[in-house]
Amino acid sequence: MDCYTANWNPLGDSAFYRKYELYSMDWDLKEELRDCLVAAAPYGGPIALLRNPWRKEKPASVRPVLDIYSASGMPLASLPWKSGPVVSLGWSAEEELLCVQEDGVVLVYGLHGDFRRHFSMGNEVLQNRVLDARIFHTEFGSGVAILTGAHRFTLSANVGDLKLRRMPEVPGLQSAPSCWTTLCQDRVAHVLLAVGPDLYLLDHAACSTVTPPGLAPGVSSFLQMAVSFTYRHLALFTDTGYIWMGTASLKEKLCEFNCNIRAPPKQMVWCSRPRSKEKAVVVAWEKRLMVVGDAPESIQFVLDEDSYLVPELDGVRIFSRSTHEFLHEVPVASEEIFKIASMAPGALLLEAQKEYEKESQKADEYLREIQELGQLTQAVQQCIEAAGHEHRPDMQKSLLRAASFGKCFLDRFPPDGFVRMCQDLRVLNAIRDYHIGIPLTYSQYKQLTIQVLLDRLVLRRLYPLAIQICEYLRLPEVQGVSRILAHWACYKVQQKDVSDEDVARAINQKLGDTPGVSYSDIAARAYGCGRTELAIKLLEYEPRSGEQVPLLLKMKRSKLALSKAIESGDTDLVFTVLLHLKNELNRGDFFMTLRNQPMALSLYRQRIEGRVAALQTAADAFYKAKNEFAAKATEDQMRLLRLQRRLEDELGGQFLDLSLHDTVTTLILGGHNKRAEQLARDFRIPDKRLWWLKLTALAALEDWEELEKFSKSKKSPIGYLPFVEICMKQHNKYEAKKYASRVGPEQKVKALLLVGDVAQAADVAIERRNEAELSLVLSHCTGATDGVTADKIQRARAQAQKK
Amino acid sequence: MAFHHRPDAPELPDFSMLKRLARDQLIYLLEQLPGKKDLFIEADLMSPLDRIASVSILKQHEVDKLYKVENKPVLSSSEQLCFLVRPRIKNMRYIANLVNADKLAGRTRKYKVIFSPQKFYACEMVLEEEGIYGDVSCDEWAFSLLPLDVDLLSMELPEFFRDYFLEGDQRWINTVAQALHLLSTLYGPFPNCYGIGRCAKMSHELWRNLEEEEDGETKGRKPEIGHIFLLDRDVDFVTALCSQVVYEGLVDDTFRIKCGSVDFGPEVTSSDRSLKVLLNADDKVFHEIRNEHFSNVFGFLSQKARNLQAQYDRRRGMDIKQMKNFVSQELKGLKQEHRLLSLHIGACESIMKKKTKQNFQELIKTEHALLEGFSIRDSTSYIEEHIDRQVSPIESLRLMCLLSITENGLIPKDYRSLKTQYLQSYGSEHLLTFSNLRRAGLLTEQAPGDTLTAVESKVSKLVTDKAAGKITDAFSSLAKRSNFRAISKKLNLIPRVDGEYDLKVPRDMAYVFSGAYVPLSCRVIEQVLERRSWQGLEEVLRLLNCSELAFTGGTKDDKAPSESLRLILVVFLGGCTFSEISALRFLGREKGFRFIFLTTAITNSARLMEAMSEVKA
Repeated sequence: MDCYTANWNPLGDSAFYRKYELYSMDWDLKEELRDCLVAAAPYGGPIALLRNPWRKEKPASVRPVLDIYSASGMPLASLPWKSGPVVSLGWSAEEELLCVQEDGVVLVYGLHGDFRRHFSMGNEVLQNRVLDARIFHTEFGSGVAILTGAHRFTLSANVGDLKLRRMPEVPGLQSAPSCWTTLCQDRVAHVLLAVGPDLYLLDHAACSTVTPPGLAPGVSSFLQMAVSFTYRHLALFTDTGYIWMGTASLKEKLCEFNCNIRAPPKQMVWCSRPRSKEKAVVVAWEKRLMVVGDAPESIQFVLDEDSYLVPELDGVRIFSRSTHEFLHEVPVASEEIFKIASMAPGALLLEAQKEYEKESQKADEYLREIQELGQLTQAVQQCIEAAGHEHRPDMQKSLLRAASFGKCFLDRFPPDGFVRMCQDLRVLNAIRDYHIGIPLTYSQYKQLTIQVLLDRLVLRRLYPLAIQICEYLRLPEVQGVSRILAHWACYKVQQKDVSDEDVARAINQKLGDTPGVSYSDIAARAYGCGRTELAIKLLEYEPRSGEQVPLLLKMKRSKLALSKAIESGDTDLVFTVLLHLKNELNRGDFFMTLRNQPMALSLYRQRIEGRVAALQTAADAFYKAKNEFAAKATEDQMRLLRLQRRLEDELGGQFLDLSLHDTVTTLILGGHNKRAEQLARDFRIPDKRLWWLKLTALAALEDWEELEKFSKSKKSPIGYLPFVEICMKQHNKYEAKKYASRVGPEQKVKALLLVGDVAQAADVAIERRNEAELSLVLSHCTGATDGVTADKIQRARAQAQKK
Repeated sequence: MAFHHRPDAPELPDFSMLKRLARDQLIYLLEQLPGKKDLFIEADLMSPLDRIASVSILKQHEVDKLYKVENKPVLSSSEQLCFLVRPRIKNMRYIANLVNADKLAGRTRKYKVIFSPQKFYACEMVLEEEGIYGDVSCDEWAFSLLPLDVDLLSMELPEFFRDYFLEGDQRWINTVAQALHLLSTLYGPFPNCYGIGRCAKMSHELWRNLEEEEDGETKGRKPEIGHIFLLDRDVDFVTALCSQVVYEGLVDDTFRIKCGSVDFGPEVTSSDRSLKVLLNADDKVFHEIRNEHFSNVFGFLSQKARNLQAQYDRRRGMDIKQMKNFVSQELKGLKQEHRLLSLHIGACESIMKKKTKQNFQELIKTEHALLEGFSIRDSTSYIEEHIDRQVSPIESLRLMCLLSITENGLIPKDYRSLKTQYLQSYGSEHLLTFSNLRRAGLLTEQAPGDTLTAVESKVSKLVTDKAAGKITDAFSSLAKRSNFRAISKKLNLIPRVDGEYDLKVPRDMAYVFSGAYVPLSCRVIEQVLERRSWQGLEEVLRLLNCSELAFTGGTKDDKAPSESLRLILVVFLGGCTFSEISALRFLGREKGFRFIFLTTAITNSARLMEAMSEVKA
């Protein structure tokens, strides 16, 4: 027991800090950490290293390599860097790697080195280059802050919804600030920067000078500043070796410390637990690590190797070439139990349980002691809580065993706290495993929630583990197993080297008919990867046709979609496909497709048949009312509707809802003369109408040859004057003249005048001795050209009057 | 060459009072809903409202935004909504949807429905059915008389025609009676009253009842208007079906005059945008040509243009002072006149162009042939050709109706063949249109075999006279027949023309139809006014099937000054045409009367046919 607290270091009177090893790293780093750009995600996230960054002293002869490792040093990805020089790396809250390039372009990579997207931080950044960049986390997501070569700041509070914000200028800023950081107050991101002895706070509108209260005098420059994980606290390191700790609002001082080291620290991060009164800052130099807080003395560690600090919610992770350690304040429960000579109920219970295992009567004594104080419940809870904060499973076990032992002596102790802790610890131990490498503490785990943890496992493609956790925790399938399986399947379809059949079979075997899994989503993903065949195979497994059909249509497998829709028996769905098909295919193909699908064809027809049926009812009613004319007309309309449908089927084009006249006209305009004549016969269109109709249609087509043939087919029932009129309407004088000669004597004058042959018209009129016609011709005589004709008519008139 | 009334012609009463009255009432209603409110106006009411109250007046009374009642989601954010609507079921559903949507969204607003001209119980019932009766407050805006011109009042109820003459819906009669009551309270009692038609009779009776209820108020007042004449549209369909050739009528036929104003398109204004022009007596140019036969209008306009130019030219010889006078006093008027002149010339050109395209001469010839009753065969085949060529569904229908009415119905063979042709040309949905037309008596079929009269005479030989009369009535109700030809002879509707009819100096009312036909309605009015009763017109009434539906009445008050006796109010129930108005204006000028017109709406042949048409929009 004595050795257990060996790694506990007291800071001041009340707090202990301990550092324990999480993993011994066996990544074989070729270079020192200090030569790399390093980024480690919080919550036990992955570590990214960009080796061979663009340093001035070393010409970039070799392509830099971007490596991504899990927290335990397992390589996740390694890719040669092909883009421009990178200034800064950082992980977003979604565990995407953001690489800020010198030109302001931010490249986003996935956990496995897969390129996701990129975005630019704006023109201003592009022009002035990036001097420094930070990736920070806010409640909106992950933000990027950039210090440009012009010493201006540009930031975006959320890279998912990029809104660039250019911060105001710091007046008189000539050189780069000695240090700076982003603060997040009242849901707004600020920038705090130090220039010489001055601190400036930039918000959206203004730049203001701030002074930390109670700052020791004699500061000529700030070398380092650190904001706590929750943005609540701020620490400043000055060139006098003095550390000021206070609230981030700079309104209150917590404590100060003078470490007398004037060298600028490599890193400074906060190390505090949520809801703990103790505040401490971890400062790292090349060979030295110092924990300082509200105490005259500090805790000092010697660093053997080049190390890197990762601030966490409840402590600091420190990793180096060979180890990965966790430094944190010992939680209250652990402290109470394990503190030397602790008489806390938890400590007594643990002791009692141990004695009990040794079959010693002391167990009873201890137990009795706790019970006398009435603190057994508290003791059990303390043990359970402490177990959560232990990293080593054996310690967890012994604490839980103590809790379980104590529980036996309690009447009504609700078991769920105990059970949940057991479950949580199993999950935590599983993910802390070397192969998985997510060293979450209990508090971090609770903060992160199981859902996010599952997402992160999925992100790491640790599907089996995720599923096991779901099953173990008995999460609802839709939230848990199904979701993970769907993710797995979506990942699976992206494996291009596996054949479509194998993938489809594998997916189906795994997924079966797990509720909540949408095969269409997976198929859509497969289609997105260009694997149409696979998508179709996958859709076979989709039980809901409503989901199958739209995707099939999207993949242009309309015929398949049609048969699926028909199989589903959902008429709406069939109509959807039909309308789609009608737009997509030409009419011929459309009906060929329908021909093979009688059900669809009949559905398509129903649209018309419905109307025919209604008309039939109307016709019956008309018969009953003895209105035979109307009944007949209705029957004709039914006949016409059917015929129009047939025409639409066979010829294409729009026929429905046209009147009979318009139907025939459309046929002639479409060049279907035979059909037109057939229709005219069927519906007994009177000759006169037919002639008018044909005349107008043929003239509109300007098919003069056919028109002439038609005019000669038999004697025109409407005379030939209309031929002249309509030819003239189409401005074809030549054709009009042909017909003018055939116009009967009564209308000849009119026809001749229409074609503009005034002279001949005059002759005819004179011949016919028709007064009205003569004056008509006379009124058409214009000016000099027709002078002769006019005279002629006058003479003829005079003669007629003489007689 | 405008109508200059005889110097002794009576002055017209001032109808602007009606406008003020309506405006004040509307403002009162709007004030009932204090605070900012959005006003929803039915499309039909927009133009009339515009004539009564401008937007600025509405804004003064805290109307925030104006919306049209249409089937679109409402975006109003106001806390108070006011609806100004005609009492129609579909409007009630619209309001109900809106209120219910608000309820679903948990919104509470104030709603007020103002019915114009009156509220119907059916509307309230719909509101109750929809469960919002308690949420809205209802009010009436008794705005039923809109003065369109100094001598023309319109009720702006185009649906009156279809509602009453086709559907037999009598709800508007009360509105008519109310309007008459209002007129008599404002302009004194009407000493003499005549009427013809079922609707006229009912309106008259209702109106009388209203007067009696409020007896005493009008007593002793000096009458301003001496005669009132009520006339149903179905007494004379023929006139309404003819193509109009008087300028105002032509403008209405061609461009559609809506609520006293017309939209002249770019082809008239010879600019790239259309122009809304108010057509009334204030338009000096229009006032002078409105009643003219179209053939005179061009000559008149060019004369006018020359005069105008001369007036412009006067300024050449002016010195500074005269010029100053000219600019300050005359120039504006000249400019205005010039603008109007060019507009009307543009309209004339546009009308000419359209009419030439349609072979208007041929059409008029056929119409005249139908009115005069010669070469019916030719006319029938002309109509057939008209249908075959698909010239225009409304025109074809109009010609068929004209044929039917003038010929006492079509002979069965023609009836069938024309109908078949029509259905083939314009689609079978018009089967319903034909049914409507038959119901309204516009397009009928002669009884097959023996004509009805033959049957009648046979029957009447067998029974007593009294029974025969009953049988005649029964027959006439079986198929309401038009005895147009006989009436025409009796009333001398077709003037005998010796040589050319001089349209420049018209002799009678026939000039409104190029001298071919005196409008029946106007002739009846003329005759009755001459006789001061229906005496001697019994035969005409019988032929019109109105024996029992003609009446005279009024307060037999001989104290009426002679001045007022020459002021005559003519009420057209079911609409009147501009041709009729022109004809009566002419009559008034000739006889020293002044006519005032009250109509349910201005109509023309196309509007009549559209009211009967059953075509899906």
